[in-house]
Amino acid sequence: MEKNVVIDLRNISVSFDGQPILKDLNLYIRDREFITLLGPSGCGKTTTLRIIGGFLNPDSGEVIFDGKKYNGVPAHKRPVNTIFQRYALFPHLNVYKNVAFGLQLLGLTRQEIEARTTDMLRTVNLSGFERRSVASLSGGQQQRVAIARALAVRPRVLLLDEPLGALDLKLRKDMQMELKNIQQQLGVTFVYVTHDQEEALSMSDTIVVMDEGEIQQIGKPKDIYDEPKNAFVADFIGESNILDGIMLRDYRVAFAGVQFDCVDKGFSRSEPVDVVIRPEDVDVVAPESGLLRGEVTNVTFKGVHYEFIVDVAGFKWLIQSTDAVTAGDVIGIAIKPEEIHIMKKSKYSDAVGDYSSYSDEYEELSNPDEEEEAQEETEADA
Amino acid sequence: MTTMTKQKAAAKPRSAPPRSGYTRVLLNTPYLLWCVIFVLVPLAMVAYYAFTDGSGHFTLGTFADLLATAEKRATLVDVFGRSMFYALIATAISLVLAYPLAYIMAHSGRGAQRNLMMLLMVPMWMNFLICTYCWMNILSKNGIINGGIAWVNLKLSPLGLALPKLDMLNKPGAVILGMVYNYLPYMILPIYTVLAKLSPSLVEAAQDLGASRFQVLRKVTAPLSLPGVASGITMVFVPSVSTFYISQKLGGTKNQLIGDWIERSFMGGYSYNGGAALSLILMLIIVVCMMVMKHFSDGEEGAFVA
Repeated sequence: MEKNVVIDLRNISVSFDGQPILKDLNLYIRDREFITLLGPSGCGKTTTLRIIGGFLNPDSGEVIFDGKKYNGVPAHKRPVNTIFQRYALFPHLNVYKNVAFGLQLLGLTRQEIEARTTDMLRTVNLSGFERRSVASLSGGQQQRVAIARALAVRPRVLLLDEPLGALDLKLRKDMQMELKNIQQQLGVTFVYVTHDQEEALSMSDTIVVMDEGEIQQIGKPKDIYDEPKNAFVADFIGESNILDGIMLRDYRVAFAGVQFDCVDKGFSRSEPVDVVIRPEDVDVVAPESGLLRGEVTNVTFKGVHYEFIVDVAGFKWLIQSTDAVTAGDVIGIAIKPEEIHIMKKSKYSDAVGDYSSYSDEYEELSNPDEEEEAQEETEADA
Repeated sequence: MTTMTKQKAAAKPRSAPPRSGYTRVLLNTPYLLWCVIFVLVPLAMVAYYAFTDGSGHFTLGTFADLLATAEKRATLVDVFGRSMFYALIATAISLVLAYPLAYIMAHSGRGAQRNLMMLLMVPMWMNFLICTYCWMNILSKNGIINGGIAWVNLKLSPLGLALPKLDMLNKPGAVILGMVYNYLPYMILPIYTVLAKLSPSLVEAAQDLGASRFQVLRKVTAPLSLPGVASGITMVFVPSVSTFYISQKLGGTKNQLIGDWIERSFMGGYSYNGGAALSLILMLIIVVCMMVMKHFSDGEEGAFVA
């Protein structure tokens, strides 16, 4: 067991109406860490957060804070605070009273409450908004009030449930930076729930990728991106070309009908594997000098780079490159050994395919459907 | 097929097509007609009788007559005072009973909520005259309660003990009981509606910040349910202060309310004008009360939606 563990979840299982939501989940959270639970809606990330917050008791397993068992301890006695999906600001109180709410319950003196509230409002850049009603604030400002309210009581751990889901893209980027700054400045442990992989990659110290109530992978953002454990993680985090391959021997893999050198080892001889190649790791070369050859079927200009689909013997590759190509070009594809990542076959292997149904839609901005589902998930929990 | 991060395009918000002035008038017509027939015309008739004498000439004499002698003034103050007092007590009791009930209903499962709602509605489907007669039967000297006491006394008589018979009818308490019984649902329903709509995440947010169950109730749930309480108070107080039948059947002759007086003025046949004048005074009092209540509920509408 590592040092500095604040929260330890051991063998947590939860089901609603016989439907398993979390299956034997094990997770520990270090002090002052920014940890993100990442996964599609219904993966159990919000449920995990609610178990830590004390709004839900697991069917089995232990919730441990600082080495002490906290199962059954109600929310108001836990050293954690939550920022809710839709902020849940008190509509009958003004900004100041919202932030001071928790402080009053702590039984602090008026001066202390005032000092800490004013200080918190300054931290979130809302000085001067004290007397405003929360309904008159913009989404971003309400978000800041929620942050100030939760942090004013100085929790050991702050739980954030898709806090930026309701904001537009630009504001979201700004708030990402700001949240990260606040976290580092105050030294509070953040447990952050999101379905936005980009958000997770740019903010987190540790990412926990979840699906179907199970942890798929835990790691630093770069490790998760570069070394996904299975096809689900490779597919969910960033864009991936995932091909069926056969590991011929250590450092030698065959896929797309060609043999490649690679840097992976430790598989059985001729073991079927999933091969991951990131779109930006593919080199576009002259048709005759690439190991693979294909026809460009679709090109999108993305500003910094081009993104195009290449049909290689029926498999559609997604490639990002600064080289200009046009639809109909035949190009060669070269891949360096270190850009090839080999994964063991998993239950997700059959679920992922090529980019034949590719469209620009995946440029994710905000997805109302998914937010709705997440909301339903929350309601089901309650 | 491909990546699971692919997102669907955001749905465009639907906006209502703009309505022309002509359509708006057409759509408003049924409501306007309703208002004219059922609100303005009766109101005009009441005002007409209140400000005219028997032969249709304008006069303020009807009002002056109500205040003509010291005895009449005393009766007026006595009857209005009693009506207000009983209605206030009935409203207060209804609130005390209704709030916990509404709270329990709002926090029950869907099935239980339906059943409780049913239990609440069924008495409202019965004619309230019948309900009031039932209460007469229950409370009277030879009614169900005293029947029960007599039965107990029969059993106790070998021991030389006896419970006294209860004289409950024709007392202020009986009138107030009748009011509470008849109007309680009108207090429960608006409070229940507000509590059921209250976002559970607000309660969780309060708990999260360290509030115990009681503190959540005091600092979040109660203040946010004020609009429901305000409309409940209005909906119980207004019919209570103007009721006549309940007080006649359960209150006897000593507990005359303003409603009884108005009814007697019309039905006794001696003065449409006097009855209309009393009605106007009562209406004025109710309007003042509602304005006071509105002060409490103002700006709170919709506030409970997080």
